Amino acid sequence: MSPLLDVQRVTKRFGGLVAVKELSFHVEAGEILGLIGPNGSGKSTAMKLIMGIERPNSGRVLLGGQDVAGQPTHRIARQGVGIVFQHSRPLHRQTVLENIKLALLPDSLLRLAADKSVNDRACAIAESVGLGAVMHRRPNTLPFADLRRLELAKAIARDPKVVLVDEPFAGLTAAEVGIFSGLIDGFRREGRAVLLVDHNVKGVAALVDRVLAMYLGERIAEGSAEEVMRDPTVRAVYLGGSIETHARDAAVIDATPVLLEVADVSVLYGKAQALERVSLRVHEGEFVSVVGLNGAGKTTLFNAISGLVRYDGRIEWAGGSLAGRSPAAIARGGIVQCAETRELFGDMSVRENLDLGGQHQPPAESRDRLAWLFELFPILKERARQAARTLSGGEQQMLAIARALMMNPRLLILDEPTLGLAPVILEQLSKALERLRRTTAITVLLGEQNVTFALPHADRVYVLEHARIVWQGDPALFAKEAGAGYL
Amino acid sequence: MAAVRRWRPWALVVLLVLLAVLPWGVSAYIVGVLTVAYYFAVYAMSWDLLFGFAGEVNFGPTFLIGLGAYAASLLDIHRWPVPLCVLVGAAAAVVGGAALAVPALRLRGPYFGLVTLVAVLVLQQVIVIFAGITGGEIGLSVPDVLAVDANPNYWYALAFMVASGGILVTLSRSPVGLILQASGQDATETAALGFNVAKHKVAAFCVSAFFSGLSGAMVVFYEGTVSVGSVIDLALGVQVIIAAVLGGRRTIYGAALGAIFLILANELLRPLGQLNTFVVAAVALIVILFFPNGFMGILGRAGERS
Repeated sequence: MSPLLDVQRVTKRFGGLVAVKELSFHVEAGEILGLIGPNGSGKSTAMKLIMGIERPNSGRVLLGGQDVAGQPTHRIARQGVGIVFQHSRPLHRQTVLENIKLALLPDSLLRLAADKSVNDRACAIAESVGLGAVMHRRPNTLPFADLRRLELAKAIARDPKVVLVDEPFAGLTAAEVGIFSGLIDGFRREGRAVLLVDHNVKGVAALVDRVLAMYLGERIAEGSAEEVMRDPTVRAVYLGGSIETHARDAAVIDATPVLLEVADVSVLYGKAQALERVSLRVHEGEFVSVVGLNGAGKTTLFNAISGLVRYDGRIEWAGGSLAGRSPAAIARGGIVQCAETRELFGDMSVRENLDLGGQHQPPAESRDRLAWLFELFPILKERARQAARTLSGGEQQMLAIARALMMNPRLLILDEPTLGLAPVILEQLSKALERLRRTTAITVLLGEQNVTFALPHADRVYVLEHARIVWQGDPALFAKEAGAGYL
Repeated sequence: MAAVRRWRPWALVVLLVLLAVLPWGVSAYIVGVLTVAYYFAVYAMSWDLLFGFAGEVNFGPTFLIGLGAYAASLLDIHRWPVPLCVLVGAAAAVVGGAALAVPALRLRGPYFGLVTLVAVLVLQQVIVIFAGITGGEIGLSVPDVLAVDANPNYWYALAFMVASGGILVTLSRSPVGLILQASGQDATETAALGFNVAKHKVAAFCVSAFFSGLSGAMVVFYEGTVSVGSVIDLALGVQVIIAAVLGGRRTIYGAALGAIFLILANELLRPLGQLNTFVVAAVALIVILFFPNGFMGILGRAGERS
């Protein structure tokens, strides 16, 4: 029997960049193939080529023996390919149930009333993915995991033969990962061909039948999860690391003046307590890491410091209060936040994004800083004339940091810089931070979920959990005292 | 919420009955103003189908209105029966609209809007250049009118608005309306669900064109004349857009409400002289700036609170 999905030597070029190069693989009915690779490896592009969101420059995509390469997305979808997007944009005026019904509708202009059966099927699907209790609510009132369930429900509604799932577990808690694994396993039991796209093997190892690892647009390994994890090329691409710490002498740091003092700061989002009496201190030249899981309150803390949210309590900066100052004034005062969402100007070039960051600096200084940043992040120099939108995730993060540094901050706030980045990119980012810390007197406040990334540079660590600081101290002690309880 | 849903249909019926008997209670002048307002409301509702649901900004509603109005006028001059003139006018708007939308919808972002804007200017020039047939800048008088008296004219307009509004609301709440909203919000995801986004958007454009053209043609037989200033001018198009946004995006009803408000306010404030337009524009600006969901948004919020 021929495989349900058979991708043959597809290539996709974006200008000079070869995103996918002569890639071939197949997925059988009732099989889950994990397509893994670090950011920028081309795995997302490969998925888009199958779905018809991008057209391959060459190669074939066979669906049950029929070549669908280059066809428009809706035709490919009609032939039995479904996709579960990582980010969802549901219809916000409609209920969850109506959102599922949408996926059940025929592609017809003449259907002015939906069949009765549509409603029943939509309800059944909502129940099957665990949305039964909330199906009459609007999507914007749902927690993150339920929105992911909704995406899954929409894919199920189309009854696809081939299901593409983009980073199924990103941002989910361990318990939720278990539930989603069960749902995806259901696809296999129903005889569908499943393609899971993810950053690393570990996340999907328990679920997949086979793994294909990609790097720089090409296949580097294929086989069972264990085989791929043992593969030397894969290991070279995914350099793991143990936790190392290089804290500077606490006595020296305590002798320097306090730059930022956060005292008893609380933030309420409606009824939800986002921060509860949080206090922390950053000395001049210090590197402080705030570690905590998603939703612990890191971003809220940084937004309070940057003047973006209202808070109770006191925040002092270089001896003066920040209360009542506008976000722009705070930024000009030297606190520059590099947001989790990066906030780059996608249509502007790398160089233009950087120049914008240096807008308030004297031209000569701006030039020097630019040269220095190109040294710190050589890839940005290479990509200087490229639009920021076309950069890979890791490159975008580097650009976001570089742009923040162009503003010559006294305090650089980095919010979750590792978000969505593959290990190999983390390594580069980590080296850049290390160099930054060694060669300049900059003060850094880093918010991270990834402890391996946050600890090596830190002079001091705060652990944020459910809106409160639960531990603080020397990073070397973290592993002993707080590390076990953290995850 | 449930209570609101229960009284809403009744409120609508009462409102329509009130509007139907209105001519006996107000001056002929007000009747005339409202007649114009109802036709204008259809322009705005058609526009909202495109903007609110398909997510496309059409800067040239008057391209469609003008095609309908001029096609109907030219046929009437050749003594075609009025109903046929009106229908052919609507058909002309659909054909012209489709000819514009099919290539233009392939463009992304603001370019679609720019194409529709340029289309208005082109149509305007065509009318002026072929002045021998179209009457040029002076315009045309048509031999027929819908009715001589103000009241029947009012009822024609009211019935036309209610029927068009009914169809547009039904359409917007149907499965097709749902697909349209999804296409407007995220075309990639909608296509991945197996929907032909382009087909749905072109269809929405054609429906919008149909009602715009129909209304444009009806107006000709109400006014008895047609000119660039009355059906094609960019200023009219801008008013249509303001009316729809003012009333509340993605509601259809709201567009009608905004249109009637705009026309009525313009007339009622006429004693202010030149200040009139300024005051109306200022009110519109304030509503759009501070209540981007328009009148319907304000009503909706008040309803949720109570």
